[in-house]
Amino acid sequence: MSNVILEMKNIHKRFPGVYALKNVNFELRAGEVHGVLGENGAGKSTLMKVLGGIYNVDEGEIYIDGQNMAIHDVKDSQNAGVSIIHQELVLVPHMSVAENIFSGREPTGRFGFIKKDEMLGKAQQLLDSFNLGIDASQLVFKLNIAQQQMVEVARAISFNSKILVMDEPTSSLTEKEVKFLFKTIENLKSQGVGIVYISHRMSELFKISDRITVMRDGQYIDTKVTKETNVDELISLMVGRELTSYYHKIPHELGENALEVRNLTRTGIFRGINFSLRKGEILGFSGLVGAGRSEIMKSIFGLDQIESGEIYIHGEKVEIKSPSDAMNLGIALVPENRKDEGLIMKEQVGYNMTLRVLDEFITFISVNKIQENEIINTYVEKLGIKTANVLQLISNLSGGNQQKVVIAKWLAAKPQILILDEPTRGVDVGAKAEIYGIMNRLAQEGVSIIMISSELPEIINMSDRVVVVRNGSIAGILNREEFSQEKIMHMATGGM
Amino acid sequence: MLKVVTTSRPNLFERVGLEILEFIKENVGILIGFAALCIALSIISPAFLTESNILNILRQVSTNANLALGMTLVIIICGIDLSVGSIVALSGTVTGGLIAFSNVPIPVAVFAGIFVGTLAGVFNGVMVAYTGIPSFIVTLAMLNIARGAAYVYTGGQPIRVMNEGFNVIGAGYLGPIPLPVIYSFIFLVITAIILNNTKLGRHIYAVGGNKEAARFTGIKIKRIEIFVYTFSGFLAAFSGVVLAARMFSGQPTVGNGFELDAIAAVVLGGTSMTGGIGKIGGTLIGVLVIGVLNNGLNLLNINSFWQLIIKGIVILAAVYVDMMKKRKEARA
Repeated sequence: MSNVILEMKNIHKRFPGVYALKNVNFELRAGEVHGVLGENGAGKSTLMKVLGGIYNVDEGEIYIDGQNMAIHDVKDSQNAGVSIIHQELVLVPHMSVAENIFSGREPTGRFGFIKKDEMLGKAQQLLDSFNLGIDASQLVFKLNIAQQQMVEVARAISFNSKILVMDEPTSSLTEKEVKFLFKTIENLKSQGVGIVYISHRMSELFKISDRITVMRDGQYIDTKVTKETNVDELISLMVGRELTSYYHKIPHELGENALEVRNLTRTGIFRGINFSLRKGEILGFSGLVGAGRSEIMKSIFGLDQIESGEIYIHGEKVEIKSPSDAMNLGIALVPENRKDEGLIMKEQVGYNMTLRVLDEFITFISVNKIQENEIINTYVEKLGIKTANVLQLISNLSGGNQQKVVIAKWLAAKPQILILDEPTRGVDVGAKAEIYGIMNRLAQEGVSIIMISSELPEIINMSDRVVVVRNGSIAGILNREEFSQEKIMHMATGGM
Repeated sequence: MLKVVTTSRPNLFERVGLEILEFIKENVGILIGFAALCIALSIISPAFLTESNILNILRQVSTNANLALGMTLVIIICGIDLSVGSIVALSGTVTGGLIAFSNVPIPVAVFAGIFVGTLAGVFNGVMVAYTGIPSFIVTLAMLNIARGAAYVYTGGQPIRVMNEGFNVIGAGYLGPIPLPVIYSFIFLVITAIILNNTKLGRHIYAVGGNKEAARFTGIKIKRIEIFVYTFSGFLAAFSGVVLAARMFSGQPTVGNGFELDAIAAVVLGGTSMTGGIGKIGGTLIGVLVIGVLNNGLNLLNINSFWQLIIKGIVILAAVYVDMMKKRKEARA
């Protein structure tokens, strides 16, 4: 077997409130494609950011070609021969391919002028060496996504990188483009480049990788030789954790259908979505990031227009054209990203909490302060929001308390159908437990809840039923007795 | 967990007192600057602290005050309105022309002038809301269109309106106070009420603070945008008619650069150019600082070329100090 070019030993990384990497080990050989597999939040990207110099390690060592490397910033990492292709492409669209490849280190002549011909020639040579059929003088925005990715690859190689990290490279590629990418990867392998390939897609990992390392909850779990393992084994490694005890799923009576969705479609985003939500039910929505869960909910809430399909509320067909239509029908959506979509960060806690229900205490130009404070205090108490003062700026609160304020904002509107998109993201364990408590209480009061979550334990423990979404359509709906982390992961990844 | 204790409704005086205290705390920097400026001027120039000079200052700032009120709302929603100076000219010439050329009754002419100027504001709002063209560009275009329209309508010449009834609108007094000051005071109260006491006001802050979150909240963003630009257009149009009345003429060249003084006042008053933050009280102080500075430099016989340079430096310094203060608070 060929020699080891990268070794990461006993890596620890802590963020405030989160232990992101716990004693992680990773090894990469020259000419190898090494898959990294794990649930969302397992620590894959964090590990690669440590390698790329974006985060500094708290403890641990990184050896490249057997030498102990201190990687403090991106430059250190590049000099050590590491290139990372991030999930979002970072090319400058209105510059040529050659300019992008050599940006920051353009060949210059006397007086510092750029030698354009030389740059073009070098870039073209590089592109041709992969047989890419891309013209180096072409502007980047005219290329398709796959071609842009190839340019990123070429750019990475032009640094003479020995180690290439690809984070979910196929997430926006078509099948044909994926084939093209794989051909390039094979090519790089033969040149002795070591490739770290992060992906959720089992089938791809089995096609392209030599070994697969599984991570879970910030820990290194195991490394398997691809030929000697199978989907079942990998999934059990990914999810094989103890279910912690801060969930208290309280079984309760389910009523009639509160919401029914038939054949909902938005071309290219999701299609043929059918499901129903019963009164007092917590319906989990599981799936990989980007599967289309949030988009389905945004359409139901009127933020995006649907192309076809029907929505029924309490058995009646409804038209939802805007969020205010949805709200009038008793639907509330607590968005995934509280800073961008949920809160006005420059404003006060109280202001944010009441923004949905101004009608209840403002008539024309008279503000009923007593009523306003009553609403605020009710939800501060009900949700246990810890704030020194409701006139405090929301940005001074902890993540968990900010999240509770977003939930409070929507609860104040007294919804009958509550959609929670990743309700516990970036929230500490204590606040998580409190949010689960709130959800259970609401369900008992007869509120119907849809919970999108990328955390399997959360899905399994909180849901009455689970809808699994894969690639924009529903892969299956599971009842409580059929739940298992393995089963959901199978459906979500398509690894049957 | 500390709750807001409001078991009894605080009486009006308490509430106003609290609000004034809050206002002083928020604007302490510029208030100290303003006070220092006033004290210095009253020592240097005996003419400064006289009743007639103070009323004079108030009358002089009244136009900028109106424009700055509208501009405050526009800047809170992350926009800019460059067209207000031109709208001042357009509405003034339309009203003046209707009276002088067409013998239209004064109330109708006044209404028509304000209507045309407001319409320009509506147009700004609709363009910003529906086309996605940045407000800077939309209102820059309107700056040219409204100014051009004023020139076309007047043939480039001032329209003399020798009509006492019309003149009173701009040059009249209520007791000792000039009418334009009264108008500005009324608009000040209205704008403050909109921002502090209405749903609309809270929605304006939401749209400016985080448009995406406002959309998720179900706020009709387009409506808010159209209202804000319309309001700004209306205030400019009203100011234009009052100014024409005071000058006995509708002048197509009037109001050149007024938009910049309005923006300066708003920014001096602590409104954030990135949106979501801004108070009418701050804008009022900003307007007064610029007014007192102009007045003082005149009293000190400093020539107008130097006045421009000094004004520019004051704006930079004041905003810099304010930013430093806010950055310190953010870190604390």
